[in-house]
Amino acid sequence: MNESIGTRGLILNEPFLWERGRKGRSGYSLPRRDVDPAPLPEHLAGEGPDFPDLSEVEVVRHYTRLSTWNYGVDSGMYPLGSCTMKYNPKTNERQASLPGFAGAHPLVPSELCQGALQLIYELEHYLAHVAGLEAATVQPSAGAQGELTGMLIFSAYHRDRGKPRTKILIPDTAHGTNPASAALCGFKAVPVETGPDGVLLPEAVEALMDEDTAGIMVTNPNTLGLFETHIQAIAAIVHAKDGLVYADGANMNAVMGVVDFGRAGVDVLHINLHKTFSTPHGGGGPGSGPVCVGKRLAPFLPAPRVVKTGEGYLLSEDFPKSIGKLHAFYGNFGIMVRAYSYILSMGPKLKDVSQHAVLNANYIKELLKDVYHLPFDVPCMHECVFTDKFLEKHKVTTLDVAKRLIDYGFHPPTIYFPLVVHGAIMIEPTESESKETIDQFIATMRAIAQEAQEDPSLLQQAPHKPKVRRMDETAAARKPCLRG
Amino acid sequence: MRYLSHTPEDLAAMLQVVGVKDLEGLFRTIPEDCRRTAPLDLPEMTEWELNDHMARLADRMVSWADYKTFAGAGSYHHYIPEVTRSLLSRSEFVTAYTPYQPEISQGTLQGIFEYQTLVCRLLGMEVANASLYDGAMAVAEALLMAIRIGRRKKTVAVSTLVNPYYRKVVETYLAPTEFNVVWLPYRPDGTTDLSGLDAIADLAGVAVQSPNFLGGIEDLAAAGKAIHDRDAIFITCFSEPLAYGILKAPGALDADIVCGEGQSLGIPQSFGGPGLGVFAAKQQYVRNLPGRLVGQTVDADGKRGFVLTLSTREQHIRREKATSNICSNQSLCAMAAGMYMAALGGTGFRELAQLNHDKAEYLKSALQAAGLEIPFASTTFNEFVVKLPKGFDQKWQALLQKKILAGIPMVCYYPELADHYLFCVTETRSKDDMDALVKEVQA
Repeated sequence: MNESIGTRGLILNEPFLWERGRKGRSGYSLPRRDVDPAPLPEHLAGEGPDFPDLSEVEVVRHYTRLSTWNYGVDSGMYPLGSCTMKYNPKTNERQASLPGFAGAHPLVPSELCQGALQLIYELEHYLAHVAGLEAATVQPSAGAQGELTGMLIFSAYHRDRGKPRTKILIPDTAHGTNPASAALCGFKAVPVETGPDGVLLPEAVEALMDEDTAGIMVTNPNTLGLFETHIQAIAAIVHAKDGLVYADGANMNAVMGVVDFGRAGVDVLHINLHKTFSTPHGGGGPGSGPVCVGKRLAPFLPAPRVVKTGEGYLLSEDFPKSIGKLHAFYGNFGIMVRAYSYILSMGPKLKDVSQHAVLNANYIKELLKDVYHLPFDVPCMHECVFTDKFLEKHKVTTLDVAKRLIDYGFHPPTIYFPLVVHGAIMIEPTESESKETIDQFIATMRAIAQEAQEDPSLLQQAPHKPKVRRMDETAAARKPCLRG
Repeated sequence: MRYLSHTPEDLAAMLQVVGVKDLEGLFRTIPEDCRRTAPLDLPEMTEWELNDHMARLADRMVSWADYKTFAGAGSYHHYIPEVTRSLLSRSEFVTAYTPYQPEISQGTLQGIFEYQTLVCRLLGMEVANASLYDGAMAVAEALLMAIRIGRRKKTVAVSTLVNPYYRKVVETYLAPTEFNVVWLPYRPDGTTDLSGLDAIADLAGVAVQSPNFLGGIEDLAAAGKAIHDRDAIFITCFSEPLAYGILKAPGALDADIVCGEGQSLGIPQSFGGPGLGVFAAKQQYVRNLPGRLVGQTVDADGKRGFVLTLSTREQHIRREKATSNICSNQSLCAMAAGMYMAALGGTGFRELAQLNHDKAEYLKSALQAAGLEIPFASTTFNEFVVKLPKGFDQKWQALLQKKILAGIPMVCYYPELADHYLFCVTETRSKDDMDALVKEVQA
C-alpha cells in the first residue's frame, strides 16, 4: 500500500463562543443611525439576548478552527452508502450566489422574477426527462419531504376517487424515512420481506396487495445496491388493484440515462438534488427533494407551479386537485440553481456519471470480496454491501473497521444499514473518485482486514488520529446536555 | 468532462476486473422493458457558456442590489457581513455529510451545539433542535407535536395572523390526518382574537405569531394564560427573529414551543429558500421534539465532544413511530445563523433590532404625516400596514418601474384589506430612501 493519507497534524483547540469575547466588542459594522430613537412600550420591551460579544478576528478564528475538525468531500473519499457523496462543483456555488438569485425577494410579480421562474421550469423538465416521467415539482426541501409529497399525492389520489385507503407496502430494506413519511399521511406500513437474492419477489407483493392498500414504496436501486429486477411485474400487481407505485430515487445516481421509470411502471419518484445532482450536503442540509410523476398524477403536484405562457413564465395556483403547499415559498431555490448548473455542465454525460459510479462499486466489490463477507454476490449498481462476518472470530465489528478507516484518511462507509444485513458495511464510491484513490481505498480496507487478524485492539480502539476519540453516546442520551 | 477522472485505460482495466466487456454490460441485471428507448436529450455547456447563461437569467430578476425594496412578509433583506459569507463558504463545512461519524465532524457538531444554545438564549427557551426546513414546516411540526403531547385531543387552533403561507403548509400537513384546525380571527387593532378558544372542544394546541403577519406584536403573556387555561400547548411563531433583540423573549412569557423562520439571521433571501426552520421548546417536551439534536458528551479519554443524540425519537430507529420524518435539515443555514449571531454579539444584535424598529417608526410617522392611514393600532417592529388611496395599485406598478418595491399588497391574503399594503423597513433602508418613498406615495 502507498503511504497512508491520514497523518499527524497540528489541530487547535477552541472553546465555546461564550467562553471567548468581552462585553462591548462587536464583529459587525452597524449601519449608520439616521433616524431618532423610538423606544418600545415598556411592557413589551425585553433585555435582548445574552450573546457573547466578539471581535471579527475572534469570530474568524473560532469558525476556522472548527472547520478543521471536519471531513468533507473536498478533503477526501467519502464512500457513504446511499448518500452519494460526489464532488460538489465550485461553479455551482458561484451561480447560486449571483446577486440576481441570492438577493431576490420571493413575492415580486412574475414579470420581475422571470430568471428564477425559467430556471425552475427548465429544471423540472430536465428532472422529469431524466426520470422518464411526465412532470415534476422542485418544492420539497429534502428527500424525506419528497417522500411525504409522494404519500400526500397517494392519499389525495385515492380520496379523489372516493376510495380512501389505509395501508402501504414497504420493503424491509427501506430507509426509515419511508414508513415515517407514510405514517404522517395516516397510512399503516405493511412490511414486505425481501427475497433470498436481495430483491423483492412479485409473489410477496401479490400476497399482501389488496384494495385497502394505497400502493407500494420501493427504493430502486434498493438499499442493498441491487436493481429491483421485478419492478415491472410488481407494478402490474399493484396497478391491478388500483394501487400506485412510489419509487424512492435516493439511488438515482446508478441509473441516469439507463432506466426509464415510466416504462418500469413507477407513478411517483423522488430525487435528491443533494445526492445525484451534486449539490453539497452542508453538514446535513439544506437539500432538495423534487418529485416526478406520471401524467395522471400531475394534477396533484404541489402548487403554485411554474407554467409557460406566450408572455413568459407564471406562478399558477390554478390546480384544484393539488395537495397544496409544502414550503413557505417555492422550496430551496439556492439548491435548485446548483443542480441546474450541474445538469447544464454535464448534459447527456449524466449517463457517463452513472456508468462510472456503477463501475467503481463493482470494482471495489470484486477486489474486497475475498476479505470481507459479501452477502449477495451478484452484479451491483452504484454501491456494494459487505458485512463483518469474516471478522467476528477476531472480535472485530463493522464499527471498528469504520473507525479504523478514519485513521487512514478515509470517511467511513454507511454502517449497520440496511437493517436486513447483520453488520452491514455499505460502500458507495460515486463517479468522482479516480482509479488511484479507489485502489488506495481497497488496499486500506485489505490492510485493515489484516490488522483485524494480527492486532484487533488497533481496530477496537480506533480512531487514534482525529482530535477526539470514540464518543460516549450512551451518556449523551442518558443525561442530555443540549445547550451551553 | 472535468468532474470525471477515468481515462480509457482506467476504464479498460477496471472493466476487466469486473468481468464485463463494456460499460453497458454493467447494467445487465436491468430488464430491457425498464430501459430508456432514447438517449438523454439535455443541453451541455462549458464553464464560461454556463456563466453567460446564468448571468442572463440572474439579470432577469429584481434583487435588492438595484431595487429599493420595502417588502418583508416573511423574507427580509438584512445586511450579511462578509465574515459570515466567507466563513460559511469553507468547504469543510459545505461538503460534509450529516455528522454520523462524530470523530471527524466535531466542527459541524460544536457549531450546531452553539447554534442551539444561541437560539435558546434569543428566544428564552430551554431546548432548540438543529433546524427544520423553514418557518412554515416548523409551525406544522409544532402543531403535530402539540397533538402528540395532547394524546387524544384532535383539534388545534391557529391565528389568521400567522403568515398565510405557513397556514397553507399547515393545511397540507394536516389534510390527510384526522385532526382539525380552527382559524382564529383578528381584532381591529391587528392582533389575534382568542375569545373563541372556550368554544373549542378537544384543544391540543394554539399557534399565534409575533410580530404577526400585519406586523403587530401580540400580547403573548395574555395569550399564554388564555391557552394554558384551556390546558393546551402554547405555540408562538415568528418570521422575523431579529425582533427578539428588543422584545421580551417568548420563553419568558411561558411559551411551550417557539418556532419560525430564521432567514433574517445571516441567510440570503434567495427567492425564498433555503431558509431556516427554527424550533425550540420547554425541556419537559424534549422527547417529543421533531428533528435532530446535538448533545455534549466526552470521548474515551474524557475530552469534551459532541454527538447527534436522542435519536430514539428519529425515523432510522423508530421508523413509523418517529416524532417526525425529517432527516436532512438546513444544517448549513443553522451554521450561518450561528455565525451571524456571533458576529453581531448581544450588544450588536440589540442595537440592530432597535435600529430596524426606529427606522420603521420613522417611515410610519412620515406616512401618517403625509395623511395616510395606519389602520391597526398595535405596536409593530419593522413592518406595518398602511391603507393607501383607492387605485394605488397602479402607482405601485409605476413605482416598480422606478425600481421601488412599495410594500406587499394585503388583499391577496385578506380580501377585506383592499388597498392595504405591508411595508417593511430594515437597516438597509436609509432615511433618504424613506423620504423618497413618502414623496412618491404622496405625489
